[in-house]
Amino acid sequence: MTDALENLRQHLGAALGETLRKAQLDRGELTVELSREGFLAACLRLRDDADCAFDLLVDICGVDYVDYGDGLWDGPRFAVVYHLLSLQHRQRLRVRIFADDDLPIVPSVVDIWAAANWFEREAFDLYGILFDGHPDLRRILTDYGFVGYPFRKDFPLVGTVEMRYDADQGRVIYEPTRTEERVVVPRIIREEEGGRYDARNK
Amino acid sequence: MPEINNFTMNFGPQHPSAHGVLRLVLELDGEVIERADPHIGLLHRATEKLAESKTYLQNLPYMDRLDYVSMMCNEHAYCLAVEKLLDLTVPVRAQYIRTLFDEITRVLNHLLWLGAYALDVGAMSVFLYCFREREDLMDVYEAVSGARMHAAYYRPGGVYRDLPTRMPLYAPSPYRDAKRLEVLNANRQGSMLDFIADFTRRFPHYVDEYETLLTDNRIWKQRTVGIGVVGPERAVQLGFTGPMLRASGVAWDLRRTQPYAAYADLDFDIPVGKTGDCYDRYLVRVAEMRQSNRIIAQCVDWLRKNPGPVITDDFKVAAPPREEMKTSMEALIHHFKLFSEGMAVPAGEVYTAVEAPKGEFGIYMISDGANKPYRMKIRAPGFSHLAAMDEMARGHMIADVVAILSTMDIVFGEIDR
Repeated sequence: MTDALENLRQHLGAALGETLRKAQLDRGELTVELSREGFLAACLRLRDDADCAFDLLVDICGVDYVDYGDGLWDGPRFAVVYHLLSLQHRQRLRVRIFADDDLPIVPSVVDIWAAANWFEREAFDLYGILFDGHPDLRRILTDYGFVGYPFRKDFPLVGTVEMRYDADQGRVIYEPTRTEERVVVPRIIREEEGGRYDARNK
Repeated sequence: MPEINNFTMNFGPQHPSAHGVLRLVLELDGEVIERADPHIGLLHRATEKLAESKTYLQNLPYMDRLDYVSMMCNEHAYCLAVEKLLDLTVPVRAQYIRTLFDEITRVLNHLLWLGAYALDVGAMSVFLYCFREREDLMDVYEAVSGARMHAAYYRPGGVYRDLPTRMPLYAPSPYRDAKRLEVLNANRQGSMLDFIADFTRRFPHYVDEYETLLTDNRIWKQRTVGIGVVGPERAVQLGFTGPMLRASGVAWDLRRTQPYAAYADLDFDIPVGKTGDCYDRYLVRVAEMRQSNRIIAQCVDWLRKNPGPVITDDFKVAAPPREEMKTSMEALIHHFKLFSEGMAVPAGEVYTAVEAPKGEFGIYMISDGANKPYRMKIRAPGFSHLAAMDEMARGHMIADVVAILSTMDIVFGEIDR
């Protein structure tokens, strides 16, 4: 399995050329990082090249790296991660592409994989990442008229508004939320445990 | 001749066959669907965002609430992700228990789907038959975890505890006479495995009963044959997985193609359809129930013969045994740390997927070395399927919308997350 992925990694290095920025094999999973220039051509190659044949798009998701490692991150903030599956070779591939911080925009892959449609709408809805060339980039999961991008790290967990029925006005109204965020278990990265985790039954 | 305009109709969100909370905006030309626009998100609870503020163990019960009719399969994908990040080996007995319960879950899910589908299409009695069998399997869930639905039974490193040696009995009640009580308790005299083994013997006959009601039923065929046809290439293009993909003729099943848990050692077949219409999807799921029954029987046999540990002995991941905590200070500290701070997971990213009853259910987890996930993405099979609603419903009649929606096996817990 890992050998096959190693072969794929070398093949991708030759096939994608300049577009391929990084190809990393970790825990039996291959991750490639592509640049935005030539991204669509590379995706088309990944789908149609007989040695790749990644014909099924499993998932697309946005990632906000701003708090990664509690401030260790110095790359671009937003990334879009694609999970591809080749039914023929029984292989998976993860593709990552970074977007600009102030106006995150990446090319849409709807024309290559039809399944991308809703996944891209979701990433737009939750992270505010724009997909250039998407036919119908509307919000999908949040409420009608929702303001903000809820899955960004700077969006509070309790949200910003709450909704109730107002008897005087005879309709449902939105007000600033009164719920306070409560952290029961703080987030901790233990330096001494980083990387030397001992699983006893190994 | 009067001018006729297209007509827009709201379907749901309170429609009984919207399977929860779906608002479907239908553009109609007479009774023919011109465009179907599903509005989802009415059950959006931001599970992925919540997961970022909870420890790895606290996140586990949220998995049950995603696809709330295939609870343990969701837990399985989550546990696999955490275990892969930790590079942890799961005891073999736990692998078999997981396989057993994955298949019980598949039968539970398909039974609910079959009953609800038949009800949507207009056959009432199948629903009652299906729920009769679901009750037995729900009792198994309850016996093993204490909860009928939201089990939280799988844990990173194994399962919470070993299978019970006794199947709980029905208690005497003023509403039941002694004779009825004896009938109800007849197959519950032994262990839980005995009860499941008895179920696997009875179940093929039950599936025959459903098939008698539906498979050759003329009305059933009129409502499902040739409805919502998706060809194999298109199914792959649309990101279909699970029975939706197999009914279109693509033999892809993660249990066979990328085996996890104990599936590599078990004997079962992958049913594949031909035409990719609603009727084929029905046949595939019914055949899958029979195959699941075979797997359950094999797991029961194996589990009877092979006792052993069911959870890892790495106390940084799983709590130490209660007896040990009474005497060992180290065990007590481990227990305290695990349930207060939680486990630290090495930095990295993994994607793990299981063949859930509805299709490929996957967890993409990014860890930065903290005690909570940095980002967790849930890949729900129903999301891709519902996205194809517009394409599948176009050109069909209003009545077929219900048949198509139902054939996808939609559950909003996982689609809206």
